[in-house]
Amino acid sequence: MSRSDYIIRRIGMAALTVVFAVVMNFFLFRVLPGDPAKAGIRDPRLTAAAQQSIRERFGLDKPLLINLEGNPFDSQFFRYFGNLLQGDLGISYNFNRPVADLLRERLINTVLLVGVGEVLAIIIGVALGLLAAWRRGTAIDVGVLLFGLFTWALPTFFLAIILLIIGSTFLGLPVAGIRTAGGASDPWSQIVDVGRHMMMPTLTLTIILLGEFMLIMRSSLLEVLSEDYILTAKAKGLSDWVILRDHAMRNAMLPMIALIALTLGFTVSGSILIESVFSWPGLGSAVFEAVGRRDFPMLQGAFMLFTVSVILANTAADLLYAALDPRVSV
Amino acid sequence: MLLDVRNLTTEFTTPEGARLRAVEGVSFTLGRGEALGIVGESGCGKTTAMLSLLRLLPAAGRVVAGEVLFAGDDLLRLTPAELRERRWRDLSIVFQGAMNALNPVRSVGDQIREAILAHMPWPRDKVGARVSELLELVGIPAWRAAQFPHQYSGGMRQRAMIAMALACNPQLVVADEPTTALDVMVQAQIIDLLDRLRRDLDLAMIIVTHDLGVVAEACQQVLVMYGGRVAEHGPVERVFAAPRHPYTQMLLKAFPTIEHRGAPMVGIPGSPPRLSDLPAGCRFHPRCPLAVERCRVETPEPRAVGEGHVAACHLV
Repeated sequence: MSRSDYIIRRIGMAALTVVFAVVMNFFLFRVLPGDPAKAGIRDPRLTAAAQQSIRERFGLDKPLLINLEGNPFDSQFFRYFGNLLQGDLGISYNFNRPVADLLRERLINTVLLVGVGEVLAIIIGVALGLLAAWRRGTAIDVGVLLFGLFTWALPTFFLAIILLIIGSTFLGLPVAGIRTAGGASDPWSQIVDVGRHMMMPTLTLTIILLGEFMLIMRSSLLEVLSEDYILTAKAKGLSDWVILRDHAMRNAMLPMIALIALTLGFTVSGSILIESVFSWPGLGSAVFEAVGRRDFPMLQGAFMLFTVSVILANTAADLLYAALDPRVSV
Repeated sequence: MLLDVRNLTTEFTTPEGARLRAVEGVSFTLGRGEALGIVGESGCGKTTAMLSLLRLLPAAGRVVAGEVLFAGDDLLRLTPAELRERRWRDLSIVFQGAMNALNPVRSVGDQIREAILAHMPWPRDKVGARVSELLELVGIPAWRAAQFPHQYSGGMRQRAMIAMALACNPQLVVADEPTTALDVMVQAQIIDLLDRLRRDLDLAMIIVTHDLGVVAEACQQVLVMYGGRVAEHGPVERVFAAPRHPYTQMLLKAFPTIEHRGAPMVGIPGSPPRLSDLPAGCRFHPRCPLAVERCRVETPEPRAVGEGHVAACHLV
C-alpha cells in the first residue's frame, strides 16, 4: 500500500468516525432521563399548554426517528442532522441563544488556556525527560523522576485549589474569570489583565500534563539510546549532540506524538475541572453549567465539539507519525 | 604494522560496585591487508575486546590496562575530539546487520552520506556519487539509496552496513558477527564480499565470529578466546592443522567439516564461566579433560609453540 493510500484511508476513517459520533450523540441525549421541556424552566406552575408550546418551539413534539404520518424525514433525528449540516446546533435552553455562537465564544477561551498549557508542558516535559535520560542515574534524573511521578499522581482539582490559594493570597493574582470587570480599555492593559487571570489555570494544566510527558520522554529516549544504531552513530565519529539530535530524538519522539495528540484531544474537554475551579469561561465550565440546567442542545453541541476534536487530533497524530516513521503503512 | 594491541584489559562495574574482568591481557598485531578471526563461545569477551579497542564500551565498562597502537598512536589515550576525528576515517565497524545497526527512520543513503560528511566537507554531488559508488561496490543498485532499512533484506542490510563502513576509506574494518542471523547462501556472499574488499582495498580486518568456516575462508590469523583471555593465537593453517590448546582442539571437533564427513561431532560439555564466578588457575580447567592439579591453581601465560603461534596452556 502506498503512502497516499494510507493518508486517504486515514482521513476516510476519521470522516466515518465523525458521522458515527454524530448519530450516537443524538441518541445519547434522547435516552437521558428528565423532560427537557420542564428542565428549561424550573417552575412548578408551568401549565400543560405552556409545556406544549415549548415542545413545539424546540421540535420535541416530532417523532424521534422517522415520521410515519406525513413526510418521513420530518423527525427529530433528520432535523438535527439537516441543521447540523448548516452549522446550526440549536438554541440553548438556558441562554436562549444559538449554541454555535455560545460554543464559539467559549472555545476561544479554552483554546487559549489549553493551547498555552499544552505547549508549555510539551516544551518543559520533553526538555526535562531528555535531560533525565541523558544524565541517567544522576541526582537530576532522580529529581525529574520523583517530580514526574508526584505531579502525575496529583488530582487536578486539588492542585488547582492549592494554586488558586497561593496565587490569590501571596501573588495578588485574580481569583476567577478571564477579565476584571470595568478594567482599563486599552489593548495592552487588557492583554496584561487576561494574562494575570490565565497564569494559575495555565500553570495547573501545565503541571498536570508535565509529569506524563517527562516520564514517557525519558523512558522512550532511554530505550532508543540503547539501540544498536546509536552505537553505529557513535562509531561513525558523530558528536554526542548530533547523535542526540539526528538519531535519538526523532525516534524517541514517535511515542510522544501519540501521547501529545491524545492529551490534546482530551484537554479540550478535560479542562472541565480546572475551568470550574478558576471559573474560567471556557467549554469545560459551559458543560458543567449545562449539565446542572439540563441544557440539552448546549451539551449536544459541546459533546460534538469534543468528539470531533479528539478525532481530529488522532488523525493528525497518525498522519504525522506516518511522515516521521517510514515503516508505517507498508 | 597497522594495529598493535598489547595487554588489553577491560573491567565492568556492576550496580552493586563489584568489578568484573571481561577481557584480560589480550594482545595481537595486524598488518595491512591482513584479516584476523576472533572465535570462542558466547560470553568469552570477543565483542567486549573489540568495543574496548574502538572505545565504544557502555558506561559501566572501562579499559583498565593495555595499549591499542594504531599506526603508532595509542587510541586509548586520544582526547574525545581526536578520537571522533579518527573514527570511521581510520577504523570502522560493521555490526551484526540483521539487528538494528541502521537507524530505521532514515534512508540508507542518508546514513552513508552522514558518515562521509562527518569527516569530509565534500560538495553535495560528490557525496551522492560516492554513496552510489559504495552501494554498487557491495552489489546494491544505487537507486536503493533512497530506501529505508526495513525495505532491505537481511543480507542487503548487512551489505549496506559494509558499504557504510567503507565510506571514508578506513584502513581497518572490525566486523562483529557479520554473518550471524543470515541464511547460509547469504553468509557465503557476505564472506566473499569481505574477502574481496580486503584484497582490493588492502584493508586490515578483524572478524568476530562463532563460525570457524568463516575464519578458515577469510582470515590469515585466528585468535581463540576463552573466559576473557587468549587461549590460542596464530596463523590459521597452523592453528587449524595442529591446535595446541585443549579448548581449540575441542572447538574444532565440535565443528562439522566436509573432509571429515562421517566423523562424529563432539560438543564441549558445560558452558563458559560467568564473569562473576571465574575459576582459579586456568579458566578452562573445569571443562578440560586433560586438567591436572597445576591447572587449578596457576594461571597459564601465553607461550610460543611455533612461529607466530602461542597457546596459554600448562601442557604445551
